[in-house]
Amino acid sequence: MSKRQVGQFNASSQADIAFMLLIFFLVTTSMSTEQGLFRQLPPPSNDKNATDKVNERNVFVVLINKDNQLAIEAEPADFSELTPRTIEFLTNPSNKENLSEQVKASKKMEEAIAANKGDEAALFKKLVDRCGDPNITKGVVSLQNDRGTKYETYIKVQNAIVAAFNECRDNFSKENFGGRVFDDLTTDEQKLVKLVFPLSISEAEPKNIK
Amino acid sequence: MAKFRKSGSKQMNGISTASLPDIVFMLLFFFMTCTSMKETDYKVRIKLPQATEIKKLEKKNLVSYIYVGAPLPAFQGKYGTEPRIQLNDKISELYDIAPYIEGERQSHPEAEVPLLTYSLKVDSDAKMGIVTDIKQELREVQALKINYSTLKGEKK
Repeated sequence: MSKRQVGQFNASSQADIAFMLLIFFLVTTSMSTEQGLFRQLPPPSNDKNATDKVNERNVFVVLINKDNQLAIEAEPADFSELTPRTIEFLTNPSNKENLSEQVKASKKMEEAIAANKGDEAALFKKLVDRCGDPNITKGVVSLQNDRGTKYETYIKVQNAIVAAFNECRDNFSKENFGGRVFDDLTTDEQKLVKLVFPLSISEAEPKNIK
Repeated sequence: MAKFRKSGSKQMNGISTASLPDIVFMLLFFFMTCTSMKETDYKVRIKLPQATEIKKLEKKNLVSYIYVGAPLPAFQGKYGTEPRIQLNDKISELYDIAPYIEGERQSHPEAEVPLLTYSLKVDSDAKMGIVTDIKQELREVQALKINYSTLKGEKK
């Protein structure tokens, strides 16, 4: 048996094959990354009358009617007002009667201990230790819309409200965690900030708004 | 001068194509890693609204999509021009959502079911009525994690 040399295989068609694959991937895939506004829906309620008892001053009512007009707390308003007014409502800097109530974190902790919620109490304790007993807002944003509201407007309003929450969280993070914004915090630190400003947006079932 | 004359008379060498496959493969891998498969063919027109406070969807395999929009011209004869719901690649009715979500849950391992997110891809011209109906339907079947799919907008 004689040793035969293995012939070199012809690589000139490799480019064609690669091109074919490349074109296949170009056609069948898309570049767009999936992004959007995340929201948690409330669980279904069997009892229509069973609404959580929330003090009226703690609810910030945002209405959009079928003509895509905005009303804040039953008064017509402009879209540019929405973010600053939501921030004012949530933080209530001058302790106004008609804006949201503020509770001390230490009080929340006592409540959690009384209700036997060990995990929650531990989180609040951490918050008090780290950030020196901050005020926690009781505010809830209630977003109501008509069936005829345009989706684009609805998203615009959702976006403005989320922007307000994000700004509140950022400000709080900068004050208490050495100038870092919310997104730069560790997961544990983010948990604490979320305790202070929980993203509480209630999306009501549509009412027929005139 | 002699130098120039000499090179002029020489025949031009062709460009070596030996590195061409490498270049093409590089492009191929780039596109394979940066893009993702199209989920379905749209039967409805979807122009997403813009938002600034958006988050990216992390785990794509845990996302199911619900499309809402006016049917494309080719399907308007059959489905009309009012915004409709599309699930997978079929135009569907509201009552199809519950079985669809059940199916999505079955196709994932049980541990992942609570992490499933439902992404609503809704045309910006659609009315909230149909979106609210979908939201109610999702609440009924305990599919509570949702995402309003949007494009990235400019901050004002």
